[in-house]
Amino acid sequence: MTTLTRESIRPPMTAPRAAPRKSFWRLANPYLYLIPAVLVMGVMTYYPMAYGVWMSFTDYGLKNLRVDSPAPNFVGLQNYIDILTGAIAIPNFDFFYTLFFNLFWTFSNVIFHVVIGVLIAVLLNAKGLWFKGIYRAIFVLPIVIPTLVVANVWRNMFDPDFGAINQALAMLGGLIGISPAAFHIRWIESVNPPIPGVPLPLAYFALLITNIWLGWPFMTIVATGALQSISKDFYEAASIDGASPTQQFFRITVPLLRPAMVPAIVYGITLTFNLFNLIYFVSGGGPLRETEILVTTAFRLVNEQRLYGVAAAFAVFIALILLVITLITNQVSRATESYDV
Amino acid sequence: MSSTNVNVPVAATAPAKPKFTYAESQIVGQKMTLPKQLLFQLILLFITFTVIFPILWVVSMSVDPRADVMRPTTLNLIPPGFSLKAYLDILERPTSNPVSLPTLFFNSLLMAGGSALASVFVGVFAAYSFSRFKYRGRAVLMLAVLAVLILPTVALLAPLFVLLNRVVIGDFSLRNSLLGVGLALLSTLLPFAIWNLKGYIDTIPRELEEAAMIDGCSPNQTFFRIMLPLATPAIAITGFLGFLSGWTEFYISWQFLTNPQNFTLAMALYNMTGQFASSTPWSHFSAMSVIIALPVSIVYLALQKYMTGGLTIGGVKG
Repeated sequence: MTTLTRESIRPPMTAPRAAPRKSFWRLANPYLYLIPAVLVMGVMTYYPMAYGVWMSFTDYGLKNLRVDSPAPNFVGLQNYIDILTGAIAIPNFDFFYTLFFNLFWTFSNVIFHVVIGVLIAVLLNAKGLWFKGIYRAIFVLPIVIPTLVVANVWRNMFDPDFGAINQALAMLGGLIGISPAAFHIRWIESVNPPIPGVPLPLAYFALLITNIWLGWPFMTIVATGALQSISKDFYEAASIDGASPTQQFFRITVPLLRPAMVPAIVYGITLTFNLFNLIYFVSGGGPLRETEILVTTAFRLVNEQRLYGVAAAFAVFIALILLVITLITNQVSRATESYDV
Repeated sequence: MSSTNVNVPVAATAPAKPKFTYAESQIVGQKMTLPKQLLFQLILLFITFTVIFPILWVVSMSVDPRADVMRPTTLNLIPPGFSLKAYLDILERPTSNPVSLPTLFFNSLLMAGGSALASVFVGVFAAYSFSRFKYRGRAVLMLAVLAVLILPTVALLAPLFVLLNRVVIGDFSLRNSLLGVGLALLSTLLPFAIWNLKGYIDTIPRELEEAAMIDGCSPNQTFFRIMLPLATPAIAITGFLGFLSGWTEFYISWQFLTNPQNFTLAMALYNMTGQFASSTPWSHFSAMSVIIALPVSIVYLALQKYMTGGLTIGGVKG
């Protein structure tokens, strides 16, 4: 390794203007730092990725698992076609329904997270409010508790017989004289859509409630940080000019929150799109696979169907869809990056 | 933001409504009026109630002294007493699988801790290289790391499963081991660690390193003596986030592991919920939930104030 000496940092007085001779180690050093990561990611990330793409063109299945088993057959684009046409052994498998539901699930959730998160942040930011610190401390709890545990707990809370949700509703209903039997709601299993004309099962709303509980505090934290950096002068000037609090909210607060909220929204979209734990543990994708998303389907293809080739093709679809989403959200967030005041 | 520039849209377009004066405006108002204060408190109390409702429910059930609450028939948010019997009951054998709680705990700890340590240990070198050197191929390599970040781990499940399944040495199958699960987890944890740490190192001013160089430190000495100590908080947080994703990892372990002695806490929790758990008392399920959530939640809470900045992007790798 080269060490800097007094001689080497002193500017050369009479040296020729040739490029300074760099030692081999000096040139190789940045690459040396990369070697461990390249080795690990090469073996554990990129090789499996490439292998997965190859697998997606084969009928890789249980019969090919053993070390000494024959190589799988090359089937061309058959797996991709089977996925798109729904020709897969899973009952009610419909790729486009799942994709559409996945997108609808993502955007409906993020909208609730942002609206509720920002409103609560504004509420908490009100001057002179009591117990601010206590509220802020409590409101981070949904962020710090692992989603895995949250999802399993809510699964039991939605139980029709013993779940806390139905019991709480029955208690509230009892106050106004409704019989507790009316609250034997089958949150997860019920097949009939609760809102006529809207083809969404009750399980979707159960998932939505759970994910709203999980998601708004993050948006509140981001919004609070941004709110505190908005200069009070804007509000002073606005009220001198006679703007109502509502006008101030929509014309000052919202536009000035936007630069901070956009990255948080992008993050929320990616997170919600791939929210395996919640869907898998709360609804299990049911009823009738109506609340299945792409990542839970991918897991079922491997874990239950053992169609490894099909699962690999499915993963290629997921990667492509996420690439498109990332490119779009990147464009949007770049367009809103700097907001000149 | 210039304080003299008040030319925001509202100033130009707001209709003159004199009934709102500076002093009355809720946001800049000097003191909140009492009715408004009470209204706000009422709303916030309701929100607080919804936030702590599931937590109270599960904690209350886990310490219920009427031990072995098979299924709660009434809603209890405040436990009617206190007993740790449910925790003691699940110590020996929480699920129908022949594995004890300490073993499950140790397995989760080993797998999560191992992959988190490996990810930051390997990641910090790569992050330093990306952040501090300019060289041929740097942009391409960084893009390659970034591309993996958008991919959920479950997309790699099939190839990882069949590839690790082929690594068999004697009786040892890499696929059917905690080491295999940890390595599979590392496939997406490492790029996450590299990116997180690079983002942090980018914010450390170069002057300190330059000063060290002038004082005669080699680039490697600079890395070990200046950069590593400065990056310790980021390494701790990145390591913790990696630990968290290993601690609550479900689908790789569920797919890979068949020997109950290797099972993890997350797998046991799934075995104790929903349709698989007709014989599991809910007090046991609740105690298990608390055991999984409590340690990581406390650490998260302690680190939380350091995390709201740039480190949140990609915060949970699923």
